[in-house]
Amino acid sequence: MNLIYPFKPYLAVLSARVRTLLQYRAAALAGFGTQFFWGLIRIMIFEAFFRSSTQIQPMTYDHVVTYLWLSQAFLVLVPFSADPDVRSLVRSGNIVYELVRPANLYFFWFSRAIAQRTAPGVFRALPMFIVAGLFFNMQLPPNLYATSAFIIAMICAILISAAITNLLNISTLWTLSGDGVGALLSAATWLLSGMTLPLLFFPDWAQTALNALPFRYMMDIPFRFYLGQIPPSDIWTHLPFQLAWIAILTGLGHVILNRATRRLVVQGG
Amino acid sequence: MINALKLYGHYISISLRGQMQYRASFVMLSFGHFLATGIEFIAIAALFDRFKHIVGWQLPEIALLYAIVNTAFSFTDAMSRGFDMFGNMVKGGDFDRLLLRPRSTALQLAGQEFTLRRVGRLSQGFIVFIWANQHLHITWSPEKIALCILAIIGGICFFYALMVMQATVAFWTTESLELMNTLTYGGVQTAQYPLSVYRAWFRKFFTYVVPLASVSYFPGLALLDRTDPFGSPVIRHYISPFIGIAFLIIALQIWKIGVRHYRSTGS
Repeated sequence: MNLIYPFKPYLAVLSARVRTLLQYRAAALAGFGTQFFWGLIRIMIFEAFFRSSTQIQPMTYDHVVTYLWLSQAFLVLVPFSADPDVRSLVRSGNIVYELVRPANLYFFWFSRAIAQRTAPGVFRALPMFIVAGLFFNMQLPPNLYATSAFIIAMICAILISAAITNLLNISTLWTLSGDGVGALLSAATWLLSGMTLPLLFFPDWAQTALNALPFRYMMDIPFRFYLGQIPPSDIWTHLPFQLAWIAILTGLGHVILNRATRRLVVQGG
Repeated sequence: MINALKLYGHYISISLRGQMQYRASFVMLSFGHFLATGIEFIAIAALFDRFKHIVGWQLPEIALLYAIVNTAFSFTDAMSRGFDMFGNMVKGGDFDRLLLRPRSTALQLAGQEFTLRRVGRLSQGFIVFIWANQHLHITWSPEKIALCILAIIGGICFFYALMVMQATVAFWTTESLELMNTLTYGGVQTAQYPLSVYRAWFRKFFTYVVPLASVSYFPGLALLDRTDPFGSPVIRHYISPFIGIAFLIIALQIWKIGVRHYRSTGS
């Protein structure tokens, strides 16, 4: 019996999901095209804003460009919707098979959610780094410290996003579709994570509120570590927040899931 | 023609009654759609708070462009679900059934669904319009009212044409092309800002290849009594929305070619 043994089923489902999701290369390529075009529009708008104003901005234009490309590259990190497979399990009643598995259902779905928030992004992010990096002023991190801080913050970001995705999965047990909750949560993430706009451009009074929410830790903080805009040593002040959010969101998920399975009515048919 | 309109009306009323069976879900989804599309404006307002203006345009002027394009797109989005889902229809061979009925295929697809929850985007566009109007002091002469309505109708036709073209591609590829989203959703995003913001190749593309500027930027200039930095005459600003309507007519002609080319997948 070794240390990894208890995690084996979860690692297995994670790697199986990753391998499945990596198959959709044509979709990834189309996604890359869409996100690339979108990135160009957003950059041109910022370029025009910076041309129009001489006021000191919270971020330099060069940093904004790289930040925007990063947000386009890691778009799949946004918890848009519940896992479509989980949703159909709930709808068809096949969820009973999930319940009899000798594994923790929360972590079983959590592993799937991690795959859902990473694998489809691989073939979107790679071409983005290459094309935007070579031709459209996307810069690399200034040094190895910044890179390491970025990677650590990014791993936590993936876990936060997976935890939110899993909350959406669990919400389907109540609503059957999860569309309504999903729409609200993804709208909130979209605005408050840095996807629509680098967060520093929001008014100064809003920053405190943004710091108190989990969304910033999914995009904004990792991206600013990448830019070197937050000193790499600050990882020690941000990491506890990220870990705390992972604990809160997974804990909340556990509690709700336990409640849900106790009062679960299986859809027959 | 009258007969076709009657049939379309009938299709729509069936679709609406169907959606009203799930009232709570409709309210949730509409509200979600309202928020999801409305956050865009919050981001724009935040940027104006930092930068004050973009190439000489103030926030209320941008808000007017934003309101026009979002209003137009919300209508298209509600009425074009049949074309949006057309790829699946071809894949499943379900299009054969439409061909058997003695009505035009385009009409039948248009009548597939009237997606009522798009009222979310429509209402936020409308709120932004009211806000912009309060800050702009536009004198609403009859010509301007007509132009504003025409711009929205032109916009609806323009986006509808893109949807039809996206569906037409499926005759050859049996897949809907996700890349077309860059023109629809990307078009909405683009049209929220004046054309003078963008680089030359991009401006030309959205003026001459895909005539987005005709249904947003040019009528917007006339409504705001602005002159075009690239020197287009005022008369062009007034007639440009018709280009959106022409664009739809062209798209429907291409659609007919596609229908003739159709071969069932047989599944």
